[in-house]
Amino acid sequence: MDKVKITETKNTQSGNHMRLSMDAESVNEGLARVAVAAFASSLNPTLEELEDVKTAVSEAVTNAIIHGYRGIENKGEVIVEAYIEEDELRVSITDYGVGIRDLPRAMEPLYTTAPEEERSGMGFAFMEAFMDTLLVSSKPGETIVRMSKRFGKDESDV
Amino acid sequence: MKESVMIDSTFAIIDRHLMVKMPREVDHHNAAGIREQADFYIMEDAADHVIFDFESTVFMDSSGIGILMGRYKKVSLFGGRVLAIHVNDRLKKVMQMAGICEFIEILD
Repeated sequence: MDKVKITETKNTQSGNHMRLSMDAESVNEGLARVAVAAFASSLNPTLEELEDVKTAVSEAVTNAIIHGYRGIENKGEVIVEAYIEEDELRVSITDYGVGIRDLPRAMEPLYTTAPEEERSGMGFAFMEAFMDTLLVSSKPGETIVRMSKRFGKDESDV
Repeated sequence: MKESVMIDSTFAIIDRHLMVKMPREVDHHNAAGIREQADFYIMEDAADHVIFDFESTVFMDSSGIGILMGRYKKVSLFGGRVLAIHVNDRLKKVMQMAGICEFIEILD
């Protein structure tokens, strides 16, 4: 059975934080991106910005689900956390699976270890393109993808 | 004479074109079913070309790119084409970013 737990708590005086822990099942991909998008909506993002976030979260969570627990009998959990600090959204996606053996290679566009599933190898490229920053750390037992995006940039940059 | 077969609400074959109605959200979760069924009709030699209809689609991540390019690799071997129709601006941006526009014909 799928287990889903959503907690939304204020953890600091200025910011806001949410944490979602879910089974590493593909059916939860939609939930993850919608949860983060709903959480980010307090920043008054444009539709375009919101779609960017949804796409990036979908890529990261899909990676965690497909690759994170590959070859492990009992699928673990994927943790999605998001923070709002002023006009910035920070998202982290964590799994406790096998880790990414060759991270630089994994982040190359078009590289995939799952050609039989027809992964396009564009996951990290999309995260990079749709968010402002992307940071990945991985070791056996824990992979964390951290991304951030500042909203309303277009207006202030003019 | 054109031969037209409606298979179900997702798949139809019209004049050797496989028409695939894409779901509301195209992600890894619902990519597998589309892929397997589409390949079945291609392998059964029921269609030469594939047309993906994105009319109902509001979200697509790189899983959609995999579906399109995977089918392209199969049908292009025998001179087939892959088209994406009813593609909105957002989906077009995703497709362009992945650089698939030189292989897949993309129409509004």
